[in-house]
Amino acid sequence: MSAPDPFEVTAPPVVLPPRLMGVEPVERVDTPLRMDYLASSGRHMGAYLRAMKQKRILGERCPTTGQVFVPPRGATPTSGLPTTELVELADRGYVESFCVTRVPIPGRDDLELPYISAWIVLDGANVGFIGLVTGIAPEDVRLGLRVEAVWRPDAELTESANNISSWIPTGEPDQTIESYEIVGTP
Amino acid sequence: MAKQRCAVIGVGQTKYESARKDVSIAGLVREAALRALADAGLGWDDIDAVVLGKAPDFFEGVMMPELILGEALGAVGKPMLRVHTAGSVGGSTAIVATSLIESGVHRRVLALGFEKQSDSNAMWALSLPSPFQTSINAGAGGYFAPIIRRYMAMSGAPELTGCNVVFKDRQHALKNPYAHLQQHDLTFESIVDAPMLWDPIRYSETCPSSDGACAVVLSDEDGAKAAPNPVAWVDATAMRSEANNFGGRNMVNPAASSMCAEELYRKAGVTNPRTDIDMAEIYVPFSWYEPMWLESLGFADKGEGWRLVEDGTTKLGGRMPVNASGGVLSSNPIGASGMVRFAEAALQVRGMAGDHQVEGARRALGHAYGGGAQYFAMWIVSATP
Amino acid sequence: MIDVAIVGYSVRQARELADNELELMAPLFETVRAETGLGPDRIDFTCSGSSDFLAGAAFSFVMSVDATRPVPPIVESHVEMDGAWALYEAWVKLQLGEAKTALVYGYGKSSPGSLRDVLATQLDPYVVAPLWPDALGLAGLQARAMLDAGDVTEQAMAEIAARSLADAESNPHAVRSGARDAEALLAEPLVHDPLRSHDIPERADGGAAVILATAEVARDVCSRPAWIRGIDHRMDVHHFGARDLRRAASAEIAAHAVGASADRLDVAELDAPFTHQEHLLTRAMGLDPDRTRISPSGGSLNGHVMMASGLVRIGEAAARIHRGEADRTLGHATSGPWLQQNLACVLEGE
Repeated sequence: MSAPDPFEVTAPPVVLPPRLMGVEPVERVDTPLRMDYLASSGRHMGAYLRAMKQKRILGERCPTTGQVFVPPRGATPTSGLPTTELVELADRGYVESFCVTRVPIPGRDDLELPYISAWIVLDGANVGFIGLVTGIAPEDVRLGLRVEAVWRPDAELTESANNISSWIPTGEPDQTIESYEIVGTP
Repeated sequence: MAKQRCAVIGVGQTKYESARKDVSIAGLVREAALRALADAGLGWDDIDAVVLGKAPDFFEGVMMPELILGEALGAVGKPMLRVHTAGSVGGSTAIVATSLIESGVHRRVLALGFEKQSDSNAMWALSLPSPFQTSINAGAGGYFAPIIRRYMAMSGAPELTGCNVVFKDRQHALKNPYAHLQQHDLTFESIVDAPMLWDPIRYSETCPSSDGACAVVLSDEDGAKAAPNPVAWVDATAMRSEANNFGGRNMVNPAASSMCAEELYRKAGVTNPRTDIDMAEIYVPFSWYEPMWLESLGFADKGEGWRLVEDGTTKLGGRMPVNASGGVLSSNPIGASGMVRFAEAALQVRGMAGDHQVEGARRALGHAYGGGAQYFAMWIVSATP
Repeated sequence: MIDVAIVGYSVRQARELADNELELMAPLFETVRAETGLGPDRIDFTCSGSSDFLAGAAFSFVMSVDATRPVPPIVESHVEMDGAWALYEAWVKLQLGEAKTALVYGYGKSSPGSLRDVLATQLDPYVVAPLWPDALGLAGLQARAMLDAGDVTEQAMAEIAARSLADAESNPHAVRSGARDAEALLAEPLVHDPLRSHDIPERADGGAAVILATAEVARDVCSRPAWIRGIDHRMDVHHFGARDLRRAASAEIAAHAVGASADRLDVAELDAPFTHQEHLLTRAMGLDPDRTRISPSGGSLNGHVMMASGLVRIGEAAARIHRGEADRTLGHATSGPWLQQNLACVLEGE
């Protein structure tokens, strides 16, 4: 039994009315879409962003497991319950893993290639997030590297996660990663 | 009432390409649907319901496109569902359609996954910055590369394992006339020598961006018996989702993946996938995910998946070929890719995979995943009911 | 078919919510879990409805899943449609005889974006969407067609609005309410000829959660389950010029398939954002407003949450049964311009 010819066109040809014969068909319609959205951070993320302006990092604690999530979003996946407790975290942690990116990304022309994007876990947190690592050559970055936040100058602080421009090595001994499979402290 | 048996009685695909400028969205989906109907020996009126799946609507710039596709898919006056489960959507679409048959609600269902991502800008749609988050997420690759690095460290796999997967899949694609990338002059060296993109992923180790549609016609047992061509019986389906970020999450081998496979095998009566499954179509958008998923799906022990790549097990002609179609690494219309995996598995057990047919394939696995490796959809199809 | 009932329902609607998806949905899940005693460990399947274009984010449904407690992994799916279709998918899943319970939800916030622009992107992208017709204008076209043909009068539309506004007073979730008589409403200016503001839905942010259970579980967790006796959905042609704006054939077929008028219906909650659409759907679905209370919640007209209003109508129809206020009800959902796609669900209490 044979499969149908892959490229056989099965639709009947379109027959144009006489007045359209010989008229160049339109093959593409260019319709720019632009829509603006005024996004709400939500109450917990809002608290996180306001704390960011004060160079403080907030996370939320899961009421069931005690796990700390950052940034706080208002409910934790380990409980499915609304968040009741915000906790403050240190602005230092370690690199769980990383990659060296050599392609530019939209909206970040300021990023010099190649750059190191790392999965960073803060002390006190149970989850990581993606952060930029600087102050070290790509070939020297390793799993377990201890890093700390580089905050923008006070005058430039806003209610934004971008207050931390990057993460740099602290010089402390590397974090020992027990299991190479699990990401985020169990 | 006991579950009804469900079978794939028709498969239709479009040639995957970077841009299908010759058709509208309706034309694209209709092409795949017509081929599936022809394969099934059916007409539009024989179909009871349509299930459509695709990824975010920003890929085409059309909100809820099932609304404009009713006529093209013979769905006017019929039930029409639109599934969206991120990258796994092609698979979950097939699973939703299967449940419509197994539950006895319908007798014949058309399931279709598509993406016409050249209409919009896939890179843009995939890296839309979340408000309030920092924006250095370098797309999907930037997310998966660190995880791959963990697998490499844990398994001690040879550095070129990923390149081996790419070479294999692209060679397979040469035997699949629907595959997007047809790289006749590709050499292994050229893959290795390509520059790093998201180190440790090279430019050569990533999937293309494709337009395309894939359709399957599913039917109940009576419809399967009346079908003109061999059918693929759906032995089992399974879906799992997990949060993508929590303490202790195994990002290399997510619990959702291994649990999904466990349930799938249990329902299908598969006691040992290594001997019971003849071939697998696994969603591998970045090379290293083949050894990683092989372990998660139980085809290899932890840390040993790369051996199946090294020793040729997963190559056409090997003991358990993976992605004989060329896989996602050779064609990736995002909303359809999961459906392509499911459909290709069905073609294999129907003996209708043409030049990329795995000899004697009687039982095959179709697999899809999405999100931060958090959504999984799988099915097992076989030649016998 | 396996008997499935709605055993829990919660809803939130407000003109504008500052909450994110998790802050919106987590309390609704808490409510239905508490109502039924079915916590995350007892939910076998989860299914939701939402829209990326509405949210202004790709893969936006991912943002809400954490509130379902997907750790350890759950069986979960999503439709890019109103939550009513997620309920349909869950109902089908429960027919397979494995899953016994399902959590279904839908949510949407219209306030962040410009809904009229967003909805224009639902239209044929080649020849209609580039004109950016707005949803109110399209609704107005349909109302005009009905008025000109004598299907409905402005008076009848005002009477629907008046009744609905009065009904909405007893619904704490209604966003607009306040009894006024039809004559006073008719004296109001036209804002989108032939529509007056009372003919136009009050858009809202919000969401709804519903728990389904098979017979094995339903009676243990709910004192008066709302049994799904029939559920069906259909889609009409989209293309302008191929539509008869005065009909919703898909609603006719769906209503017939579920046997809507086979027996007395106490309540029919219709997802009719516009007054003329309530009129159209009432007739299309064979309902008798003298014997069936239409949208006693105040309807989508007085609180319209995109991607959830259909699920809300079904939930409201179920709640009437839960509370012993009705024995047989209908919940309806619609999608697309001009009532293009319709879902009907008949519910019964014992």
